[in-house]
Amino acid sequence: MKKFTVESGLVMPLDRANVDTDFIIPKQFLKSIKRSGFGVNLFDEHRYLDKGEPDTDNRSRPLNPDFVLNQARYQGASILLARDNFGCGSSREHAPWALDDYGFRVILAPSYADIFFNNCFKNGILPIVLPRQTIDELFAAVVANEGYALEIDLEEQTLCRPNASDIAFEVDSFRKHCLLNGLDDIGITLEDSELITAFESRWREKAPWYFAQSGNGAAENTEAAGE
Amino acid sequence: MSGKTLYDKIWDSHLVKEREDGTSLIYIDRHLIHEVTSPQAFEGLRIAGRQPWRASANFATPDHNIPTTSQERKRGLQGIKDPVSKIQVSTLDNNCSEFNIFELKMNDFRQGIVHVVGPEQGATLPGMTIVCGDSHTSTHGALGALAHGIGTSEVEHVLATQCLMQKKMKNMLIRVDGELPMGVTAKDIVLAIIGKIGTAGGTGYTIEFGGEAIRSLSIEGRMTICNMAIEAGARAGLIAVDEATLEYIKGRPFAPKGALWDKAAQAWKELVSDEDAHFDSVVELQAAVIEPQVTWGTSPEMVSPVTGAIPTLENEADATKRGNIEQALRYMGLSGGTAIEDIQLDCVFIGSCTNSRIEDLREAAKVVAGKRVAANIEMALVVPGSGLVKQQAENEGLDKIFIEAGLEWREPGCSMCLAMNADQLGEGKHCASTSNRNFEGRQGFGGRTHLVSPAMAAAAAIHGHFVDVRKLA
Repeated sequence: MKKFTVESGLVMPLDRANVDTDFIIPKQFLKSIKRSGFGVNLFDEHRYLDKGEPDTDNRSRPLNPDFVLNQARYQGASILLARDNFGCGSSREHAPWALDDYGFRVILAPSYADIFFNNCFKNGILPIVLPRQTIDELFAAVVANEGYALEIDLEEQTLCRPNASDIAFEVDSFRKHCLLNGLDDIGITLEDSELITAFESRWREKAPWYFAQSGNGAAENTEAAGE
Repeated sequence: MSGKTLYDKIWDSHLVKEREDGTSLIYIDRHLIHEVTSPQAFEGLRIAGRQPWRASANFATPDHNIPTTSQERKRGLQGIKDPVSKIQVSTLDNNCSEFNIFELKMNDFRQGIVHVVGPEQGATLPGMTIVCGDSHTSTHGALGALAHGIGTSEVEHVLATQCLMQKKMKNMLIRVDGELPMGVTAKDIVLAIIGKIGTAGGTGYTIEFGGEAIRSLSIEGRMTICNMAIEAGARAGLIAVDEATLEYIKGRPFAPKGALWDKAAQAWKELVSDEDAHFDSVVELQAAVIEPQVTWGTSPEMVSPVTGAIPTLENEADATKRGNIEQALRYMGLSGGTAIEDIQLDCVFIGSCTNSRIEDLREAAKVVAGKRVAANIEMALVVPGSGLVKQQAENEGLDKIFIEAGLEWREPGCSMCLAMNADQLGEGKHCASTSNRNFEGRQGFGGRTHLVSPAMAAAAAIHGHFVDVRKLA
């Protein structure tokens, strides 16, 4: 995973509550077996005027001029300003993949759906929770000032605004540590292999029914009807 | 010291390690896999040269992409017209065979929606921790298992380590007291709950559903409730184990047998919240006042009793909410003040991991028996949740009832709940759907979804608009 230390960039406001992951990346793009290339289809149904398919050449598609992502002043934004319950719905990690691939590194919102919030950290995206009033102030500032940019310093846990006081934010210390160092969760967990093995043998002893009769080895479960 | 909730008990029994800031390693008993959210995880294993920690803990079946017409299904993988979908399904087959993972392939007679098949096969057991790269994994909580959706990075993490890194959620109890009125179902209860607490009401919590109305539901009904915990913002929903739970599980292929069953069943009886357990939040509903529910907007919380009307903008004081309603009505092509029963429909979808089990199909069949689908209904699909549900329904003659009434009887899969396969709702079309999400574009580009119970969807098919099923009884 790539490291996250400091991010300075333009802010793009998405003034809508309950933005779901279908909104962020529609289902037809989930058919890919890759992890990259989703950026061109970020917010697809709102960004383009026609219906997109995985094999469409997006350069020839009509853009929706009213959608914020297409407005000249927000081109190159890396900070997404959003409303309550951002990322609700489907658990698809394609949503943070699309945000990341497009170039967003930070999200600012009053609240997030749990699965999406978690998925962001696995992809080097920092989702920051800020009080509703602060979010309202930021929306007003972004709309009023073209080129409005912020600097987010993860180590210091501060958000620096132009012509206004810094804002402190909270982040779990372990997640912060992983982001700052670009650490891979699996690598960290496997350092505890012995603990897991020990737990597993105790658990197998205590609750053997969870370990019985599953997998290809179990005779009665392998009689496939075939295609 | 107060007692433990059911969530506390399952969490504590699976805790491998806890860091200072509360980040914990939780052992995972069962990992369910489907074709959409797993390919990148298997690829990650391959790149890192890793093997699954415990291959036998995994259970896979393709469901999202597969076609549901028997014509296409007969042709196996070749019947999947979309080449990208075909690659995704065959990639699952290849990954399962490479990593020695149990899979019910597309045309296995037991294949189906992973959240229908897991419990049906006994792969879901009380007290388990269960994860899947799918937010509706919450369904399995109906059997007293701690189950929730995860992203693809976590799918890879569970494959590689048999653990998940997470922080403990808070405890919420939603109690539905009293007896459920006639014509009101599990789906109506859960939609009423979401209407009350909102789609973010359960964020940060594990919800336990309790009370007489929940206890008296069948296991199928309990699955409908837990399935939509995620639509209330909670990753996991739970219902305590009782005799009905044990009866449901006993004898299923993956369930323990003989002496092991006796021991397990004894242990599972402990899977209830202690009487003095502490819940961080408690929500109470009275079953007697719950009516059949219909969503009118683009979020499951935009819901009304069938006897009600779409809210008017003037009556909403909160500016943000007013904006949301306005946006939703514009997308839905509806106006405030319209009676729910006056919403005209074009399509009906009976299926999905929320409502595609045998009980759901029986309820729908009862309503359409001997009647005909209304002339304005262009498409009415019945998609059973699994091959075994389909078989059971056909044994009971339900397929004939649906077909004679003018509905299409399909092969099992996720189908038009998320419309990743060819089953899609047309632009601007209104659909009475037994699925779980009414988001913009969810059932197809520009499609307009109304979430309802199977009986309500069936009644809507016959009348061409919503009707109160209680009046038909």
